Amino acid sequence: MKRFFCCFLLAFLLIPLYMMGQQQAQVFEGAKIIPIEGDPIESGTLVVKEGKILAVGPDGEVNIPSNAKIHDASDKVIMPGLVDTHSHIGEGDGGDRSSALHPDVRILDAINPRSDTFKKALAGGITSVNVMPGSGHLMSGRTVYLKLRDANTIEGMLFVDDPQKEVAGGLKMANGTNPIGGGPFPGTRAKSAAMVRELFVKAQEYQKKIEAADGDESKMPPRDLGMETLVQVLEGKRIVHNHTHRHDDILTAVRLAKEFGYRLVLQHVSEAWKVADEIAESGFPASIIVLDSPGGKLEAVDIKYKNGAMLEDAGVTVGYHTDDGITDSRLFLRSAAFGVRAGMSREASLKAVTIANAKMMDIDDRVGTLEKGKDADFIILSGDPLSVYTHVEETWVEGVKRFDRSNPKDKSYATGGYDVYRGSVHTHEN
Amino acid sequence: MKYFLSTIILALFTALSVEAQIAVKAGTLYTMDGDAIENGVVLIKDGKIEQVGTAQSVRIPDNYEVHEANTATPGLIDAHTVVGLAGIFNQDADQDQLETSNAIQPQLRAIDAYNAREELVKWVMNKGVTTIHTGHGPGALASGQTMLAKTSYNTVEEALIDSTTMVAFTLGPSVEQNFSSPGTRSKGIAMLRQKFIKAQDYAEKRNGEDAPSKDLEMEILADILDGKVTALITANRAHDIMSALRLRDEFDFKMVLDGAAEAYLIMDEIKEAGVPVIIHPTKVRTYGGTQNASFETAGKLAEAGIPFAFQSGYEGYVPKTRIILFEAAIAVANGLSRVDALKALTIDAAKILGIDNRVGSLTKGKDADIVLYDGDPFEYTTHVTNVIIDGKVVK
Repeated sequence: MKRFFCCFLLAFLLIPLYMMGQQQAQVFEGAKIIPIEGDPIESGTLVVKEGKILAVGPDGEVNIPSNAKIHDASDKVIMPGLVDTHSHIGEGDGGDRSSALHPDVRILDAINPRSDTFKKALAGGITSVNVMPGSGHLMSGRTVYLKLRDANTIEGMLFVDDPQKEVAGGLKMANGTNPIGGGPFPGTRAKSAAMVRELFVKAQEYQKKIEAADGDESKMPPRDLGMETLVQVLEGKRIVHNHTHRHDDILTAVRLAKEFGYRLVLQHVSEAWKVADEIAESGFPASIIVLDSPGGKLEAVDIKYKNGAMLEDAGVTVGYHTDDGITDSRLFLRSAAFGVRAGMSREASLKAVTIANAKMMDIDDRVGTLEKGKDADFIILSGDPLSVYTHVEETWVEGVKRFDRSNPKDKSYATGGYDVYRGSVHTHEN
Repeated sequence: MKYFLSTIILALFTALSVEAQIAVKAGTLYTMDGDAIENGVVLIKDGKIEQVGTAQSVRIPDNYEVHEANTATPGLIDAHTVVGLAGIFNQDADQDQLETSNAIQPQLRAIDAYNAREELVKWVMNKGVTTIHTGHGPGALASGQTMLAKTSYNTVEEALIDSTTMVAFTLGPSVEQNFSSPGTRSKGIAMLRQKFIKAQDYAEKRNGEDAPSKDLEMEILADILDGKVTALITANRAHDIMSALRLRDEFDFKMVLDGAAEAYLIMDEIKEAGVPVIIHPTKVRTYGGTQNASFETAGKLAEAGIPFAFQSGYEGYVPKTRIILFEAAIAVANGLSRVDALKALTIDAAKILGIDNRVGSLTKGKDADIVLYDGDPFEYTTHVTNVIIDGKVVK
């Protein structure tokens, strides 16, 4: 009896603690909510609990759980956490100079989860990110889709439970001038395409052997890490993210994807506006980099702010990315604003930093909109997401506040300053 | 005779249209010479500003071509760039901003490399920049000279405001990447001091009876020592900035501090030194010397009362140039007032560059360089709708 009482007392004491922690619902009231899916709500309420979205709706039309913590978010704007399809934060990299093709390499083996570059992304409102190896190879390795949770290990940031068994990212490919070079690297565009095709032909054969084995371990081909990656690509489980700038390079990337039937995201696409209809017809989405001026490399000489608007008009699924450190994660919303500046619709521009990108990473069932049941990843803004004067005030990942501009330490991640960023910045040039 | 008459009429008409006079009407007119004027008007005659005032007070003559805008400002001044020497393609053939045969080459003239037709010059012009301080870039102890030009025109001769404005010096780790020597900060300073000591001797003797034979390098360094040319010293880390000030104190030259990423650590020292600052692009990548750059530095300089201007700087990859209006916008979003930002983009830049008698404000008699916008100049979605340089609509 005494023991029972103790247990009861313990349970009684612990329940409120537990409830105040994970269990307690967080309610944000009075905000302008841009759910991305559906129209903006002028004065709305967002309820999140246990890392998920419980409800989104106009103030007064949403059930508020008892014991909920209420946040007054009037005069604020709430939208989904931003999704970046192409970034080099985390200090990782992929293949080395021993080959132009490294389908066996995983960037997740090289990322520093403590890198302060993740803080930079959170300060910009980014909650999900495709961290990629560089563009100096035809294939530089497997990319990894990360959730910017507070984690000590890379495993703690993944979208999947077991990266050994599940597909934890895409495959980075590149064409055009970046992967061209001496030694094991191709010297021309045609050679680049031939090398990629040759490897995919091998992967098709490998895939056939696996199919022929029909589950019989003794008949399986010897394990080959690169082939395993490419079979996942051929099976449509792993998406290819292809760095490509010039209009003909874009169409080469499309041609190869069609030949082998793999899923493709066209990355950077400086000259996509020249072949907008062809991209639309391919059905592949395009992720754009916004640069303040053209040039710096031959393939970026014809870059235009109106790329997003022209692709939207053609019916292409359009995204933006930071390519951090080429552009700054802290200013990711600026890319969407530059789309609108050049004629893109507000709706498409905001999708281009959220749900469109989630689709390009197969994570749209989890993130990219504010909808019941999705991950509680959202940002609280001081105003219109497309205004230069607007700041990201808070960034929440799965119901946990990961960035708070009212905290001076966090604010320094938004502004920079002495010894704020000690990690290296990937710029492609150093 | 009839033919002759019509030719004369045609010629007159042509002359008139070339000299077409312009009026600018703006909902908000930032003259940068007094407060902003609501519903302001600027009259332009023969390439100069004829009159500035409210719509009520200024009558627009019938034959003036009227351009209307939400907002207008004086032409923007990019206080330090390399466009025209650095080209859009980023290939060896269009990169003349840094000569790496020697770490000290102040004799290199900007005018001998400036390509007035360079696309990047037109790109910045279309984003409101009417005057550039361009030339040799950072990356050498002394990389060469800088010049001042208008961004329209097809030759350096037409575009030029001043051919020999400053000499570009750089302190810090970027120099060590480009040259085998200096390999350290101390060696870099020692090399510069030795040159200036030699130049002191040259300066003393060059006008005397036993003048040494003419030496281009010594000539320009002597011009710096004689106060005829300003030293533009790029230094980002606080200790590099202090080294720059130490050098100036030793040789007593006119100096502008460039980059200054860690200026916020030594604000009092910079203020006391009385040197103006051409601040790094707000969005500069934070690595190397600019590791500790902050979006808030421009705002802090304004607060401290240190004169400063914006620059597009030098970019080695993409984007090949930055846009000062966009860089200023990020500073405005991070503590700099809109008016202080506009000052830094116009009149304060003109003062730092010594051309405020010609540009930097909408003041009667100054060059008619005006930028028109369809909204708040700093907002992401605002466009530059027209650019007027020397009274001609160039965009």
